[in-house]
Amino acid sequence: MAEYAVELRNVSKFFGSVAAVRNVTLGIREGEFFSLLGPSGCGKTTTLRLIAGFELPTAGEVYIGGELQGDTPPYRRPVNTVFQNYALFPHMTVYENVAFGLRMRRLPENEIRRQVHEALEMVRLSGLERRRPRELSGGQQQRVALARALVNRPRVLLLDEPLGALDQKLRRAMQLELKNLQQQVGITFIYVTHDQEEAMTMSDRIAVMDQGAILQVGTPAEIYECPASRFVADFIGETNLLEGKVVEVWDHHALVLVDGARMVCGAVPEGVRVGQRVTVAIRPERISLHAQPPGPLAIPGIVRDVVYTGADIRYMVRMADRVTVLVRSPNTGNGSTPHFLRNETVYLSWRPESARLLVA
Amino acid sequence: MAQPLRTRRDLLRLLILISPSLLWLVIFFLLPLLLVFAISFGQRGTYGGVQWTPTLANYARLLDPLYLRIFLRTLFIAGTATVLCALIGYPMAFFIATRPARWRNAFLLLLVIPFWTNFLVRMYAWLFLLRDNGPINVLWTEGIHAAVAWLAAAIPAPFWEPLLQATSTPLRLFGTDGAVIVGLVYAWLPDMVLPCYAAVERLDPRLVEAAQDLYATRVRAFLRVVLPLTRSGLITGSVLVFVPCVGAYVTPDLLGGARTVMIGNVIYSQFMMARDYPFGSALSFVLMALMLVATVAYFRLGGEGGRGRG
Repeated sequence: MAEYAVELRNVSKFFGSVAAVRNVTLGIREGEFFSLLGPSGCGKTTTLRLIAGFELPTAGEVYIGGELQGDTPPYRRPVNTVFQNYALFPHMTVYENVAFGLRMRRLPENEIRRQVHEALEMVRLSGLERRRPRELSGGQQQRVALARALVNRPRVLLLDEPLGALDQKLRRAMQLELKNLQQQVGITFIYVTHDQEEAMTMSDRIAVMDQGAILQVGTPAEIYECPASRFVADFIGETNLLEGKVVEVWDHHALVLVDGARMVCGAVPEGVRVGQRVTVAIRPERISLHAQPPGPLAIPGIVRDVVYTGADIRYMVRMADRVTVLVRSPNTGNGSTPHFLRNETVYLSWRPESARLLVA
Repeated sequence: MAQPLRTRRDLLRLLILISPSLLWLVIFFLLPLLLVFAISFGQRGTYGGVQWTPTLANYARLLDPLYLRIFLRTLFIAGTATVLCALIGYPMAFFIATRPARWRNAFLLLLVIPFWTNFLVRMYAWLFLLRDNGPINVLWTEGIHAAVAWLAAAIPAPFWEPLLQATSTPLRLFGTDGAVIVGLVYAWLPDMVLPCYAAVERLDPRLVEAAQDLYATRVRAFLRVVLPLTRSGLITGSVLVFVPCVGAYVTPDLLGGARTVMIGNVIYSQFMMARDYPFGSALSFVLMALMLVATVAYFRLGGEGGRGRG
């Protein structure tokens, strides 16, 4: 068995002189729920199309199940796709849509019937066989698209923003359902999305892409906790990005001067020098606010704005002359986190490891 | 679909709204049609004109094998022209619909530019092209003949002699059914391309990708997905081409030579030469009834696939 279900080696794709995908190297493991995450136009859909065979790479190699794909056409690749907006055949019934792939592979008709019914049962659409796609709701169409692809038992299932057209509530429900389904069938899923929350919820691993390149690959926790670059830190969740200059480095720690405030950063990468300009990234929920300074490293600030969002309270705190940070304080209701008012003076503190020092 | 009419007031409002078009249809379509229908049961007066003594003789005369043959010939020519239009027009529609957006309108414009010239002029142009001393035959008897002669001198072989003979006389293009078909295809091709283009342009290219993703080769993706979803365009185009071809009169008259080739010419000669209005009317009426039946049947046929359109 191959090490990877899908492997890309130094793959680039140019449209004219425009690079949609730049030198991407990526290995997706067997049975993994893998997401390609990035803003629109970052090359994630092109990457998916390169795997499906709708596009051929300008340079580099695509392997599926250890086999080099070269210019293998889509209909000979052991993958199936769930398209954005589903691309269901409007002139066919639900049954015929799901049966399409099996018919193309010339399976016996009674076998097709059995597998189609099984697939429709799996996505909970039994009884709608005779309907046409446009007689179904968006969520139902989405399930038909899923059944149409999964019925073929592909080695890898490619999903191109499959939940993009659904409303928020349905999306949430479908995310969990998709994840369960994937674990149930044990097929490798490659999932393209621009929604970081969606990617975090479902994925075993995520590749963050921007401008055709992969910036970071890792588990949701790795990407959230240890973003490798400013872009990743900013794109995944909320974060405070503070520009500063390194004034002291010791034992994977650094002291950074940010607009007059001295901040301690932990888990500093090798090679950071004193005097270097860097970005400090701190998640808003990792900052605690205090009425009295809890220690010598706490930074004083003034609350400029308070926003009550229900689950938590968001403070905009002016830390130094120009720098304002966002602080998210959970609304525990038991007094474990004190509440502050506008224009109150507060003290900010965090664990050094929560302040990530980014050089890129 | 129209909503069911609930009250008398709804009905009245509808009648008022459609009355202009209704009036137009009654005065300029229904009344003349009834007139033609009535005349077709009359008799030809001694000096032309119509004698109103009811008879079925005009319809009986249609059973004459001569007219049956012309009817069949007309259907054959119109059918061939329609098939050719489809074979040329459908791929052409695909070509145009798959160009970048800014080129599509340019191509569509090129397609309809010939229509800015008078129809008769364009048919005369074909007459000049196809006749014995027209450019095609000049190329044949001079250009190609000379080339064959030169090759024959350079490479001696027995097969040059029949070729030399063939190219020494002009091809018989003008005055054939072929010339009529060429003229009809040329004249009605845009009527095939435009509905096909509309159907192809509506086709979501991702459906083709979906089919290929589901193991359909290019050919099978075309047969199972593209063709069924664009069939409505082909059917509309075929009707739009076939109907005027069956009734064609100028094209066969100019390009078909001296022979009367199509039913349109027979009708014309009945009205303008023989001055037999009743028989001409009977011919017209049968032609129209035939086309109506054929068109309805054809649309029914297409209705099945047409329903699938989203």
